[in-house]
Amino acid sequence: MTNHLLPLFVIIPLASAFVNSLLGKRIKGFSDIISSIATLFLAVISVYSVFLIKDSGMIVYKVGGWAPPIGISMVMDGLTSFMLVTVNVIAFFISIYSINYMEKYTEKWNFYCLFLLMIAGMNGVVISGDMFNLYVFLEIAAISSYALVAFGTEHEGLEASFKYAVMGTVASSFILLGIVFLYSFTSTLNMADMSMEIARKGASCIVLLASVLFLMGFGLKSALVPFHAWLPDAHPSAPAPISAMLSGVLIKSLGIYALIRIFFSVLGAEPKILSIMMVLGVLSMMVGVILAIGQWDLKRLLAYHSISQVGYIILGIGLGTPLGILGGLFHLLNHSVFKSLLFLNSGAVEYAVGTRDLEKMGGLREKMGVTANTSLIASMSIAGIPPFNGFWSKMIIIAACVEAGHFAFAFCAVIGSILTLASFMKVQRYAFFGELKSTLNQIKEAPFFMKLSMIVLAVICVAGGLLLLPDVSKVFLGPARDAVLAGSEYAKDVFAALR
Amino acid sequence: MNTQEPGMTLIVKTITRLTVGLILLFGIYIVSHGHISPGGGFAGGVIIALSFIHIMLAFGKEAAFKRINQKAASFFESLGAIMFLTIAILGMVSGYFFLNFGMKGEPFELFSAGTMPLSNIAIAFKVGSGLFMIVVILVLLKIDKKEEEK
Repeated sequence: MTNHLLPLFVIIPLASAFVNSLLGKRIKGFSDIISSIATLFLAVISVYSVFLIKDSGMIVYKVGGWAPPIGISMVMDGLTSFMLVTVNVIAFFISIYSINYMEKYTEKWNFYCLFLLMIAGMNGVVISGDMFNLYVFLEIAAISSYALVAFGTEHEGLEASFKYAVMGTVASSFILLGIVFLYSFTSTLNMADMSMEIARKGASCIVLLASVLFLMGFGLKSALVPFHAWLPDAHPSAPAPISAMLSGVLIKSLGIYALIRIFFSVLGAEPKILSIMMVLGVLSMMVGVILAIGQWDLKRLLAYHSISQVGYIILGIGLGTPLGILGGLFHLLNHSVFKSLLFLNSGAVEYAVGTRDLEKMGGLREKMGVTANTSLIASMSIAGIPPFNGFWSKMIIIAACVEAGHFAFAFCAVIGSILTLASFMKVQRYAFFGELKSTLNQIKEAPFFMKLSMIVLAVICVAGGLLLLPDVSKVFLGPARDAVLAGSEYAKDVFAALR
Repeated sequence: MNTQEPGMTLIVKTITRLTVGLILLFGIYIVSHGHISPGGGFAGGVIIALSFIHIMLAFGKEAAFKRINQKAASFFESLGAIMFLTIAILGMVSGYFFLNFGMKGEPFELFSAGTMPLSNIAIAFKVGSGLFMIVVILVLLKIDKKEEEK
């Protein structure tokens, strides 16, 4: 049986991107409508795919009718549908937020075109079952994100975009080199086939070399600490919806998802690599949060927190235990919700006040009630205060560390969480509480669509903990965790699904 | 040197006038025979773009814009992408995404190989106009910088 749902995740954003660039300039309001409809449809089918996976197990799609390992395949398992939901739901809310926010920029249709291309790239990375296809989609997403960082065409944005482009290209070269080595070793590019070949040929220096290259390449894409230098420049200087998109989902689908897919499903979870991942995770967790506390630029502070939270995710996944992986994946979802919300809040503040400097704000709560309250919820989520979603995932990660006997890592995670709380207390104190500055008497609350998406994301933050209920977890988080834990069973499942 | 006329010297202009049509024709040949001989949409698209860039180098940018302006190039670029995607979706209607439906490939037959010639043409639109736009943007940016210096 063929299932035509899978290629739709790439077709819809690609088609709407090019229709946008063709007609967006000619018809006013066209690009707003088509982008919102496209992302809404993507969000709906991604949620539908979760239930599809629950019923039928893994789905493999043969592109062009050619069966793998010869042809290109698209593979959907629990992890894929989990990532697709994360990417597309967040993308929908960011898309409706942009309707109002992007008014201040010219050439809105170009923005939507690049935005949808980026979604196409991310969905492609997540859904691809072919190593080289993964690389191609990764480049689509990365190159459109370079352009989007520079979308404001201001000095700061262009500089950050150039830096990001150079670092990103270095990362892509490492990844391509890793793929080349694996291809020379296994003579195949299909992930499932590659995994079987590697298992058959046994351990080799080439696989180890490729693992190191992948760790550097995808580590750079996901901004783990020794490779994080591009993120604090690139994320703040982009327009707010793009900052939300980059921090919320791009670093996860291009970096973390690819790391998980390659290290667990293709190369088989090696304890050596996993312990490197754990150490890098703890390092990012601590360094990110310590650098964040001193920042006065609101978006820069949030960007440093992205590094720190990615550390939590990688720590959880690097543990390699079922509980650790569950915590890591759950934190991935939660982080994309609350970090996008925080960036959207910072965008709303910038929209109203015109600055990102915390020292120039103050008492915004009086004028911007919705922004202030949603940002309070997001801040408490990221700091891990019960009952918000961040608390549950952090708790699972810490419990998993204790369970696996890594008490030092658990301690670091607790300290990191406390420091996060401290820096978000600073944000709340300087931006939203306190006296309203006399210069800010004229400001207004953000427009309707910006408020709408912020409120819905805040509701998800509050209700996120419900995903851990046994019945819900069995459908959504459970299959994702099992897909990661399956390891090299992935290859057998792919070939079994083909029959 | 030549303040009256934009572009390069008489020798370059004459040679360009003679060769540019051939270059364009060669590009079209490469695109249309992409499925039965070496080459294809990408290579042919680059050659087609080069013929316009050639005019721009020899006669100045106005002469090139008279033949194809930026709006048209941008339109063809999006059109190429949509054409390619449409061909892929048509394959989906008859079985699989990107399925090559229709007739099978025959050696030395121009009208064969199903959707592949059409895909080549779509890619040629995309690559040709895309490359042309890149060069146009480089040219325009350079002019802007010179004006700033004055």
